[in-house]
Amino acid sequence: MNLIESFRIAINSLMINRLRAILTTLGILIGVGAVVGLTSLGRGVENYVSGQFTSLGANTLTVSSTRPSSGTRTVIQPLTDKEAIAIARLPGIQRVATQYNVSGTLLAGTESVSLTLNGVTANYVEVNEWRPRNDGGRFISQQDINDAARVVVLGESTVEDLYGDPNFNPINLSLQINGRIFTVIGVMENRSGGAGADQNAAAFVPISTAQSRLDNARVRGGAYKVSQMQVQVESKDAIEMSMAAIEVYLAGAHDIIYSGDEDFRVSNQGDLLSSITQVTGILTLFLAGVSGISLLVGGIGIMNIMLVSVTERTREIGLRKAVGARGLDILSQFLIESILLSLIGGALGIVLGWLISLIGGALVPDLDLSLTLDSVLLATGISSFVGVFFGLYPANRAARMRPIEALRFE
Amino acid sequence: MFKWFNRKTTESVAEPEAPKAVIDIRDITRTYEMGEFSLQVLKGISLQIFKGEFVSIMGPSGSGKSTLMNILGALDQPTSGEYFLDGVDVSKLGETTLAGVRNKKIGFVFQSFNLLRRTTALRQVELPLVYGGVSGRSQKAKAALESVGLGQRLDHLPSELSGGQQQRVAIARALVNEPAMILADEPTGNLDSRSGTEVMQIFQQLNRDQGITIVFVTHDPWIARHTKRVVMLRDGKIVADRHVAAPLVAGETERPSEAEELEGVFKEAYYGGAKAEYT
Ligand SMILES: Nc1ncnc2c1ncn2[C@@H]1O[C@H](COP(=O)(O)OP(=O)(O)O)[C@@H](O)[C@H]1O
Ligand SMILES: [Mg+2]
Repeated sequence: MNLIESFRIAINSLMINRLRAILTTLGILIGVGAVVGLTSLGRGVENYVSGQFTSLGANTLTVSSTRPSSGTRTVIQPLTDKEAIAIARLPGIQRVATQYNVSGTLLAGTESVSLTLNGVTANYVEVNEWRPRNDGGRFISQQDINDAARVVVLGESTVEDLYGDPNFNPINLSLQINGRIFTVIGVMENRSGGAGADQNAAAFVPISTAQSRLDNARVRGGAYKVSQMQVQVESKDAIEMSMAAIEVYLAGAHDIIYSGDEDFRVSNQGDLLSSITQVTGILTLFLAGVSGISLLVGGIGIMNIMLVSVTERTREIGLRKAVGARGLDILSQFLIESILLSLIGGALGIVLGWLISLIGGALVPDLDLSLTLDSVLLATGISSFVGVFFGLYPANRAARMRPIEALRFE
Repeated sequence: MFKWFNRKTTESVAEPEAPKAVIDIRDITRTYEMGEFSLQVLKGISLQIFKGEFVSIMGPSGSGKSTLMNILGALDQPTSGEYFLDGVDVSKLGETTLAGVRNKKIGFVFQSFNLLRRTTALRQVELPLVYGGVSGRSQKAKAALESVGLGQRLDHLPSELSGGQQQRVAIARALVNEPAMILADEPTGNLDSRSGTEVMQIFQQLNRDQGITIVFVTHDPWIARHTKRVVMLRDGKIVADRHVAAPLVAGETERPSEAEELEGVFKEAYYGGAKAEYT
């Protein structure tokens, strides 16, 4: 008796008990389908999120003020535009966009909106890869900054709040910000994705206007405070080096001697990205875990049905032994049966998983869902393992039956 | 008394000089342990059966016939005693070796046929060849089915065959591996008398034409009279072991009715009523 014979016998008995075989495969089918489909869904979300972050600029550093962690230093020396100019001259750095935020209330006719106004530099557009939309408007220019001009660029949500329609064209209209008259010069393109609040609920003014007209941000020595700097690095590889250079420069400028006394923080989009991918990775793992449980349930189903089948076929086992089957022959017959059941279930499950990812991809076009080879291999591996693991006990039970007792079984 | 038909069968074939015992059991016992109780079913049985013999084992229900047959068929092991099958002591073999013995040396026929569900006759008969790793299976299985008169029923499922035909498939399965003997535990027990006669014809033909050793259990003295030797069991012991003077040939003699068989027992032939009503 060789393996091929065992296969033939196993396939024959599966064919003889067709309905039961199909019902058994169903459990594995659903389990494997869930593993493959949900894993692909999780991966899709992961890729989508990290894709969004890369588009936000993986070579951008953010410098902001922060409370020193040591607690021995209590003063926070604000970041200034002079420091920004110095940082822009450091090696490896392409440009620095500074930002000064003030809170303000916008009033157009009778509608008003309160928000944080972003006082920005002209290169905000390049650094953030975010442009005004194509309806005759423009972004803040260097001239506007030199003049501390009373001009404002709105986000689409702000346009909607003020004028009732995000597609309304407010260019050259006047509105009031904190009681002063400003002219709308542009509306930003709609921007979706990323983490956090609606980015379209924004309004931009020249940084100098924010610093001198809407607030008094002047510090001793003639410089102006900034809330935040966005530093664009020449290449991704230069990020670590540039971070260190900025930290050294600012530590000198802020008279920081002991580590822990830093009143600024240089952060990297990549750090944020890796913490986000960690979260989405956990999501994928969680989905895989949930579907793994359904696979386990499917496996227990196989064991259950195999046990019933062994009991039901006790006389058959007795007869096979009476005509010369050894324990090993019976063991391999039943083991192959259960492995075949779970492999067939696994194959159909991969198809089901593929359908799930197709449907998911059609419902959410932003997600790029594809079956990955590793999830298919994993599913195949798991289902053959399930077949062996949950088939072994019933098969062994069948193999160890004594022939006369099996033949006497009613 | 009914008449004996003195028809000679294979008795006339010359006896071999040194007959070889196919079955040689010596002082076999078998005790079933059931919790606190133990039941000794076989109480020391010794028996030799030689090549070419056709033996029936008779005895009341519960006398241990099936227990003995299971031991002879290597399906069960004796509690004590020795069993030489074709010269090999099988009473101490392990389960795996026994499986090989069952496969090569023994063809077993059961009262309840024990065919596989939804499996064609040909496949049923191939089964021992599969486990024996024999090649040319379908030819051999086909030949075996032809020898039991089922050459036209190769593709039939058990559900498409009569009881007698099913038992003939089982006999083909038992003889396909050319075993040293065929053992049958009440092979006609589930059959009507016509199918029973068919099965007996096949057994006699196998024994006569191919010299196959056959041992079978029966309750029925009429069936036993078709064999050449009758071993009687009672309470786990052999109480008689006799050769049949003139074995019947299956199908040649009409079986007497119950009334005829019991004729000598009654005090009077009839009990009331007009005699003409009881012909
Ligand atoms: N596996 C068993 N366990 C316990 N008792 C058994 C077993 N097999 C048979 N017996 C008992 O042994 C006795 C003989 O049984 P058996 O050999 O089947 O008799 P027969 O075939 O002559 O009718 C019966 O009393 C039966 O109940
Ligand atoms: Mg019996």
